[in-house]
Amino acid sequence: MATPKSGYSPIVIDHFQNPRNVGELPDANAQASVTNPVCGDVLQLRLKITDGRIAEACFKTFGCEAAIAASSLLTEMIKGKALPEVQDITPEMITAALGGLPKVKLHAAALAEEALKEALKGYEPSHG
Amino acid sequence: MGEALIYLDHNATTPLHPAVWDAMRPFLTEAFGNPSSLHSEGLQARDAVEEARARVARLLGAGPEEVVFTSSGTEADNLAILGSVLARQHRGRHIITSQIEHPAVLGACGALEAQGFRITRLPVGSEGLIDPDDLGRVLTDDTLLVTLMHANNELGTIQPIHACAALAHARGALVHTDAVQSLGKVPTLVDELGIDLLSLSGHKIHGPKGIGALYLRRGLALAPIITGGPQERGLRGGTEHVAAIVGLGVAAERVGAHMVQEMTQVAALRDRLERGIVATIPDVLINGVAAARLPTTTNVSFKGVDGQSLVVALDLRGVAASTGSACSSGSLEPSHVLLAMGLPDEWLRGAVRFSLGAGNTSAEVDTVLRLLPPMVTRLRQHASGSMRPATLTL
Repeated sequence: MATPKSGYSPIVIDHFQNPRNVGELPDANAQASVTNPVCGDVLQLRLKITDGRIAEACFKTFGCEAAIAASSLLTEMIKGKALPEVQDITPEMITAALGGLPKVKLHAAALAEEALKEALKGYEPSHG
Repeated sequence: MGEALIYLDHNATTPLHPAVWDAMRPFLTEAFGNPSSLHSEGLQARDAVEEARARVARLLGAGPEEVVFTSSGTEADNLAILGSVLARQHRGRHIITSQIEHPAVLGACGALEAQGFRITRLPVGSEGLIDPDDLGRVLTDDTLLVTLMHANNELGTIQPIHACAALAHARGALVHTDAVQSLGKVPTLVDELGIDLLSLSGHKIHGPKGIGALYLRRGLALAPIITGGPQERGLRGGTEHVAAIVGLGVAAERVGAHMVQEMTQVAALRDRLERGIVATIPDVLINGVAAARLPTTTNVSFKGVDGQSLVVALDLRGVAASTGSACSSGSLEPSHVLLAMGLPDEWLRGAVRFSLGAGNTSAEVDTVLRLLPPMVTRLRQHASGSMRPATLTL
C-alpha cells in the first residue's frame, strides 16, 4: 500500500493507481456518460445487467485522481449486486467507501453516483 | 515505492541552503537584539541587517540604500505598485501590466482598479511573451506605472523588460518588474534591465521563506503600505526579521557567485528532460519553447491527460512537480497564463510544470523519464481507446 500522500486515503490512492474495471464492455445493456459541466470531468459507465443483477461494470474517466478513484470504486461496489441493492447508493456512501475525500473533491463521488443513476434510468429489461 | 524524493518544483520554493541556515541560526538564538536599539546587542543586529542589504544590492548592481526588506515577494510587489502609484496619483490614473503576472501583481492592480485607477492588462503571444509594440500603443501621458514580470513562474519565459522600460520611460512612466523567478537564474542587474523598481523573494533562491526585498531607484518616493516605526526608512514599519534578512543576504551572495556554473548544469538537465519527454511520449507540447526561457523551467502539455492526476501519480512515486490547471471544488481552474497564451483546450488541461534546481542530477532526470511514459499511457487509457476490463497497474 502506498503511503498516503496528497491528502488522500490509502483506498483512494489504491483505486487511482490500480483502477478496477477500466474498459468499454462491448455487450453492455445499460450505460451512461456524465460530465461535470464546470470542471469537465467525463465519466462513462457501462453495465451488463443479467437477471436483475449487475454482472459486469466498466468505466472510462477523463478527470482528476479523485474522479478516477471514485469511478473505479463504484464499479466494485455494484458488481454482483441486485438492482434494488444499488439503487439507493448516495455520493456519501461512495465517499465513505473511499475512506473519505478532501472537501474540494467531493464532486468526484457525486459524478460517480450520477453516472450510476443515469445508467439505471436508461435500462430497460429485455423480455424473452 | 520508497524512492527518494526527486524535487522538480523549484519555482514553488527551494530548499534552504545549509550555509544560509548556518548564518541565520545565531540571530534566532543568542544574537536576538533589535536593530533599532542603541546597545551592543542592537548594534550587532543592525550590522547584520546592513551587511545583508549590501549583499542583496550587489546581486542587483544597486546601492544598499536602494534596497528595502519586506516580508515576501508579494509584499514587495504590493509596496512597489501601491506605494509608487499612491505617491504619484496626482500625476495620472493609468497602470499597465500583463495578463500573465503573478497573483501578487494582479491583486495589487485589482485593488487600484477598485479605487478608480485604469488598468491595462497586455496580452501575450502564443509563446507567452508580451510585444513591446503593444505596450507602445497603450502608453499615455496619464500612465503612472508599467509593471511586468521578468520571468514567468509557470513557463519560465523571459519578458523583454529592457525594451518595455525604454518605451515607458519615454512617456514618463515608472517601471516595476517582479524578478522573483529570475533572480539568481539569469542576470538581474537593475541598470541593464532599465527598471525603477524590482521585487525579489528569499525562498526561491535557497533562502528562507517570509523575507523579500524591493529595489527602488535612488530618489524615488513611495507611500508606505505598512505604516509604523522608522524601520526601512519609514517604508516598512515593524521590527526587522533579522535572521531571515541575514539568510536572504547569504542566499543572494551565494546565487550570485554560482549562477553561471549552476545554471549551465541545470539547463543541460532541463534540456535532457525535455528531449526525453518529446522522444518517448507522443502528443506532447513544450509551452513557450520558442521564447527565451529560464534554464530551470519546462512546462509540458500532455494531450488527453489530466495534469493534476499526473502530478499526483508522480508524487506517489516520489517526484514533486506542479500543475497549471487544477480541479478544485468541482471547478477546473485553468492557468491564467496558458489561457492568455491561447493554448487550445485539449492541451490546457494536461499542462505540468517541472522546475529544476542546482541540486538535481541527471540520474534523477532519467528516473523521471523512465516513470513518465507508462504513467501517461495509463492515464490516457482511462479515457480513450478500446480496452478490455482489467485491473491495471503502474
